[in-house]
Amino acid sequence: MKDLISNLNKVFESRIRLGIMSILMVNDSFDFNSLKESLSVTDGNLASHLKALEDNELIKVNKQFIGRKPNTSYAITEKGVHQFKQHLNALEILIKTR
Amino acid sequence: MEKNPSSADELKTIRKFMEESTKFLSLSGLSGVFPGIFAIAGAFIAWLLILDKGNFTYEMYNSLPREATAALRWKMILDALSVLLLSLTAAFYFSFRRANKSGISFWTPASKRLLLNLFIPLITGGIFALILMIQNDIQLIIPVFLVFYGLALINAGKFTYNEVFYLGIFEIITGLISAFFPAQGLIFWILGFGILHIAYGLLVYRRYEA
Repeated sequence: MKDLISNLNKVFESRIRLGIMSILMVNDSFDFNSLKESLSVTDGNLASHLKALEDNELIKVNKQFIGRKPNTSYAITEKGVHQFKQHLNALEILIKTR
Repeated sequence: MEKNPSSADELKTIRKFMEESTKFLSLSGLSGVFPGIFAIAGAFIAWLLILDKGNFTYEMYNSLPREATAALRWKMILDALSVLLLSLTAAFYFSFRRANKSGISFWTPASKRLLLNLFIPLITGGIFALILMIQNDIQLIIPVFLVFYGLALINAGKFTYNEVFYLGIFEIITGLISAFFPAQGLIFWILGFGILHIAYGLLVYRRYEA
């Protein structure tokens, strides 16, 4: 049981981070504004959660210009996929053993 | 900071975000019903005004030289384009309205992907039908419309309700059968673009909006 809990990733504890990771698991990339809208959060709030995930190398940032407008999009890293899957497995086992 | 949710809630959240970010779920049933009505109206206009209440048959068309039927072809194109334009307007309008009502934006990565995947086969089919028209090879035009439209729906179905996928299957079947009956094009047009659309639209409307 101890081992199981340790598989539950602390990084994914907030609903917003969980949402970001879920979206990036199934989309090749997602831009900042679409994320903001999907998660119904403020700019600052979203930015801080994105930063935390980025610092953990779970997601990567891609900044580019579309015409003259800057566009920031995010994608999941291999490490992110791996850790998110582990987190899902841990959740699954937790539900089953209850 | 939010409270740590239970595992089951957490899985629900994950599922919700995965689905919402990949599927456009504001597609309205009315976006199917109205194009269906327009398609039937268009067929009726063609029958009444262009084909002289059915007195001008497919055999007669084929017995005439190409120049003699040019005006008829143009009228048919105009009729079909009007139906297309009205249908697209209605399809957009009702889904736009539904998205607005539920406070979701219409332009999402999912809706863009839906449109891209819908329009590639659709435009291909449209150009192909136009080429057949220019070559005066009219017998396969309606089957081409129906089959390509069906393929477009199957392609787009991945990004919205499953029902769109099944509508696509039915359109393809209708299109393939219609290829055997070139003289009954209007009937298959009504069946494929009229009846199927209305049936699909009502089903989706009742399931998700009523």
